[in-house]
Amino acid sequence: MSTTPIMPKRLTDVGPPHYEKYLHPMAKANYGKWKYHESLAPGVLCHVGESGDRLYTVRAGTARLMSVQSIRKIAALADKYCGGYLRFTSRNNIEFLLTDAANIEPLKAELLQIGYPVGGTKNSISSIVHTQGWLHCHSAATDASGIVKAVMDPLYERFTHQNLPGKLRIALACCVNMCGAVHCSDIAILGIHRTPPHVHKDVLTKQCEIPTLISSCPTGAIRAVPGAAKDVEVIDEQCMYCGNCYTVCPAMEMNNPDNDGLSIWVGGKVSNARTAPAFSKLAVPFLPNNPPRWPEVVEAVVKIVDVYAAHARKYERMGEWIERVGWPRFFQLTGFEFTRHHIDDFKHAGLTYARSTHIRY
Amino acid sequence: MAESGNGKPKTELLDELEKGPWPSFVKEIKAASAGNDACDDLLGQLELSYEERRGHWKHGGIVGVLGYGGGVIGRYSDVPEKFPKVAHFHTMRVNHPAGWFYTSEALRTICDIWERHGSGLTNMHGSTGDIILLGTTTEHLEPAFQELTHAGFDLGGSGSAVRTPNCCVGMARCEWACFDSMKLCYELTQHYQDELHRPAFPYKFKFKFSACPNDCVASIARADMSVIGTWKDDIQVDEAEVANYAAAGFDIQKDVCELCPSKAVSWDGKKLDILNSECVHCMHCINVMPKALRPGKERGAVILIGSKAPIMQGALLSSVLVPFVPAEELLDTLKELVTRIWDFWDEYGTNRERIGELIQRVGLPAFLDGIGLDPAPEMVSAPRDNPFIFFQTKEEES
Repeated sequence: MSTTPIMPKRLTDVGPPHYEKYLHPMAKANYGKWKYHESLAPGVLCHVGESGDRLYTVRAGTARLMSVQSIRKIAALADKYCGGYLRFTSRNNIEFLLTDAANIEPLKAELLQIGYPVGGTKNSISSIVHTQGWLHCHSAATDASGIVKAVMDPLYERFTHQNLPGKLRIALACCVNMCGAVHCSDIAILGIHRTPPHVHKDVLTKQCEIPTLISSCPTGAIRAVPGAAKDVEVIDEQCMYCGNCYTVCPAMEMNNPDNDGLSIWVGGKVSNARTAPAFSKLAVPFLPNNPPRWPEVVEAVVKIVDVYAAHARKYERMGEWIERVGWPRFFQLTGFEFTRHHIDDFKHAGLTYARSTHIRY
Repeated sequence: MAESGNGKPKTELLDELEKGPWPSFVKEIKAASAGNDACDDLLGQLELSYEERRGHWKHGGIVGVLGYGGGVIGRYSDVPEKFPKVAHFHTMRVNHPAGWFYTSEALRTICDIWERHGSGLTNMHGSTGDIILLGTTTEHLEPAFQELTHAGFDLGGSGSAVRTPNCCVGMARCEWACFDSMKLCYELTQHYQDELHRPAFPYKFKFKFSACPNDCVASIARADMSVIGTWKDDIQVDEAEVANYAAAGFDIQKDVCELCPSKAVSWDGKKLDILNSECVHCMHCINVMPKALRPGKERGAVILIGSKAPIMQGALLSSVLVPFVPAEELLDTLKELVTRIWDFWDEYGTNRERIGELIQRVGLPAFLDGIGLDPAPEMVSAPRDNPFIFFQTKEEES
């Protein structure tokens, strides 16, 4: 960290830079006038303008966590092949924008050489949207980057090839706050706590406002201790381990190495294509935190991907396939145990109870 | 701290994650440690988390830059005696350019600033869309902020404020854009700078703009205010290209007609017939025949409201608030609507209650009354199926 250059005047509220400053000239020239696109190879797209212009995109996966050293390498590749123009996607991929098709293969070769896989388009697994985990979050029930790395290593070829029935989007959130909003993913990996908060009385008296703390609990499981000036107790059986209390009061510790872990959810989507957007549903209620490679989680996710790949029809997303064949079949094919935890008992629970005799035997 | 002998912390467990083909975040942290030794302590603390299977960051503290109430996430180690260089390790959220477009020059500018003032570690990008600059100390926040604003960047949102609005690539590189998502995102972000930097709401408020129903920024699942492009008139058909698809062996009957959710597409082996009045604008046929089919010309967006992750009362998807707004009217309509929605939320929302949960609590009819919108059948998947109607509420007024 070196010295800051002298700033002439303090600036605030400038907002983000105008996007036009950074737009590829061809994107600017064809803005709103694109005609169609084609997929040339995994990770390679070609957008064709009404003008006849062809803009090529080469998409590469990243770890999302990037050092300035790596970003500079990426910037140098953009200078070499793309006139310096590039973008990122909503799933943390890098997209290099090229006008010369002859640059595609050399760029791909250089990307692979420095460790960036090319792919993530069409019927592949794109990069896993994820959160900070133990690396940088106070409420994490698990790590994020580590599990993503462990899961994507065996699924690498699902990123670099487009051989799945439909697109498959995986997301990971390290607690139910869901900064990674995993709740509408084909496969969601969700960190969960399973024990009520441990109340640190010393912190409680110094740092927390009791009424705010009590009202933060969605199930009313926190109450004042009668007669005590500043104390609360947790009704354990009413706690669903959401951690909302911890967010408003650091005395309510949620971390518990043996009881924190992962749950796996399937069948959600956000796109409106064919079927409506949908939430992911519970597949596996709990798997242990087992760093550095979380083998139980990796095995479950790979199993789901393989079963989906073998059984779904062309274009079917995970949830559409399960909807067609039925949940009993999903549990049978994956071998996951169906337990009482799979049956909803939260708000609107009855809506998921089977209310017909439509049963597949 | 346990050391490996060269002054670096021991990272036996994390080293395992340098192996394998997928890009390794451990390699990234090690690369950054060449420029900033806080990264060594970061690795050391993470290794400890891996050993103990628990996090070691303390609950966030209140840190920030002068005049702002957000944009910086305070982060402190709970084992500072072992890892003093990450005793303070705050995050800065930097509002990304709409569509995440950059020049190499812009990226290098951010890298240079972050090397001078932080760990050299970033997320490209965070879940809401911001550039995340991971790890710095309190005294570097203001200098980093000033360098950023002079370079044309500003902080993003955090806390109970407008969060950094986000949008898809839209018209810049997509033929399906039904409105200019990048322009709308940029203009509203500028319009709401005060609400973004100075938290004044019951809880967070997110805007996401997807220019077609494929919803590439997950607007319907992740935004309090979801704006999703669509069209009103007929799907544009290039019959010659339809014939080309058929000639190339593409099975239009099986892959298009049979998968159309409202069975609005038919194919007799020669001509593709679309019953546009029954089309639900799902995008499937357009997605799979991009050369032959395009959205119609009368374009705009659906405005939906209320999606969120599970905290506190369970996850919600956004639901329809305005079934169609023409593209050119979107900016003004949104500003007007948002003012009314925020007034209602300010008046009735409780602490940490997202707008979607407030609507669940008071009911959509009361919310519509509150913001002065008429009910429309597009707002529901079906009318109510219970007879418990509160007749008196509306009748008393009239």
